[in-house]
Amino acid sequence: METSATYIPGESPVISINGLSKAFGTHVVLDDFSLQLERGQTKVVLGRSGSGKSVLIKCIIGLLPPDAGEIIVLGNDIIHLGHDELDEVRVKIGFLFQSNALYDSMTIRENLEFPMRRHTVGISDKEAESRIIEVLTDVGLEHTIDMMPSELSGGMQKRIALARTLILRPEIILYDEPTTGLDPVTGREITSLIKSIQRQYNTSAIIISHDMKCVKAAADSVAILINGKCYTENTYQALKQSDDPQVKQFFE
Amino acid sequence: MASSSKTFFSEAGAMTRFAGVFFQQAFKPRYEFRAFIKQCYIIGYQSLPLVGITGFIMGLVLTMQLRPSMVDYGVEAQIPAVIGLAIIREIGPVITGLIFAGKIGSSIGAELGSMRVTEQIDAMEVSGTNPYKYLIVTRVAATTLMLPVLVILSDAISLYGAYLGVNIRAVTSPSLFITQVFDVLDYSDVLPAIFKTFFFGFAVGMIGSFKGYNSKKGTEGVGRSANSAVVLASLAIFVIDLIVVQITEIMGIN
Repeated sequence: METSATYIPGESPVISINGLSKAFGTHVVLDDFSLQLERGQTKVVLGRSGSGKSVLIKCIIGLLPPDAGEIIVLGNDIIHLGHDELDEVRVKIGFLFQSNALYDSMTIRENLEFPMRRHTVGISDKEAESRIIEVLTDVGLEHTIDMMPSELSGGMQKRIALARTLILRPEIILYDEPTTGLDPVTGREITSLIKSIQRQYNTSAIIISHDMKCVKAAADSVAILINGKCYTENTYQALKQSDDPQVKQFFE
Repeated sequence: MASSSKTFFSEAGAMTRFAGVFFQQAFKPRYEFRAFIKQCYIIGYQSLPLVGITGFIMGLVLTMQLRPSMVDYGVEAQIPAVIGLAIIREIGPVITGLIFAGKIGSSIGAELGSMRVTEQIDAMEVSGTNPYKYLIVTRVAATTLMLPVLVILSDAISLYGAYLGVNIRAVTSPSLFITQVFDVLDYSDVLPAIFKTFFFGFAVGMIGSFKGYNSKKGTEGVGRSANSAVVLASLAIFVIDLIVVQITEIMGIN
């Protein structure tokens, strides 16, 4: 059953990033970067390859420690959380890797079962099975349940990776270049799947991308990352009409 | 020179910290029993054929090579005793340890390295699962507990190979062979030899895990992790062997 997204502008943000900085040696990737994600909102972070987009979402989920700044996710200060508390917050955040990162020694069923068994106390085998079938049906791949990831195409693997993030019913999903490496048709299918998942599961999302078709279709708001800073932020249409050459280069 | 010694010490420090985390995590719930049992099956049971064949050949060849010298010295009757002591005290643990390092050290290094570069370890972490506990603790515990079992089995199969080796040129009954072997063996021969294999197993698992878990630079890095895991684990087996022999010597149980 689909429900409409509940993006209400002006609500308290589910992710609030303030003054975030991250450098690798002398190479500064993020420099005083700030961004807010409101509940129900889908925000796309647009930037050139190597501009630090993936570093940004890895900092949000606590995979990379930032050098300075503040990241508040669902009211929790990610940078200063202990390991166990961080794990509790991570359960509420889905992360779709660019490489899909499916566990290649496990079947699709085991891939989906793995996070669920760890975080859903007392779930029966029957309930677990029905939840697996449910998310697989949502991504249109229920027939792959006993297959290995290596038997699936790139687009199918992406769908399964999305199903794995959905199994814990996250409040926020972070997508790392979801359409990169896919053919245009599959890319469109994944974009449309992301949109329908956002509505159905009522999640907020940050999508890292430089695929303009995906940006146009999925974004409520677009933030442009240039030289480590949030250069500007607006709707897709507003940015498309901008005369600023730094912004225009993405829409040409 | 200064830079390479700095790299050595920084890597040694990192590996010590990595091993320290094992003791922190191993005794803290949640316990990954299913993953541990699976690793015991892969690491222990699936290594049996290789360990068995090498053990058998080791016992047989050692007997055949030793025989001419023993005959020259007129102590042919002592062959079972000498072979038994050599296999149980030193050759069995060390050769099995080296075979184990080659098979298991490299496979752990390559598997974890590949999981690292394909972001599977990161995926585990972001799903709120402790990858160290699930991947490292289970593997290191399995190598630590499985190698002693494999060594005991390898020793037994080696002795069977030695028995056949003795019977190529002479006739010895199984009961006489076993009596001659066990007559010279004491607890002080068997226990330190088994005791050191726990350390061998720990070293193989820990080094393979450390190299794989910290793998970098794509597929090239995975190959390098697997390779350096085998080299370092093999070296570690000899170093541990040397230390244990010194300790048992000092303690007077040699």
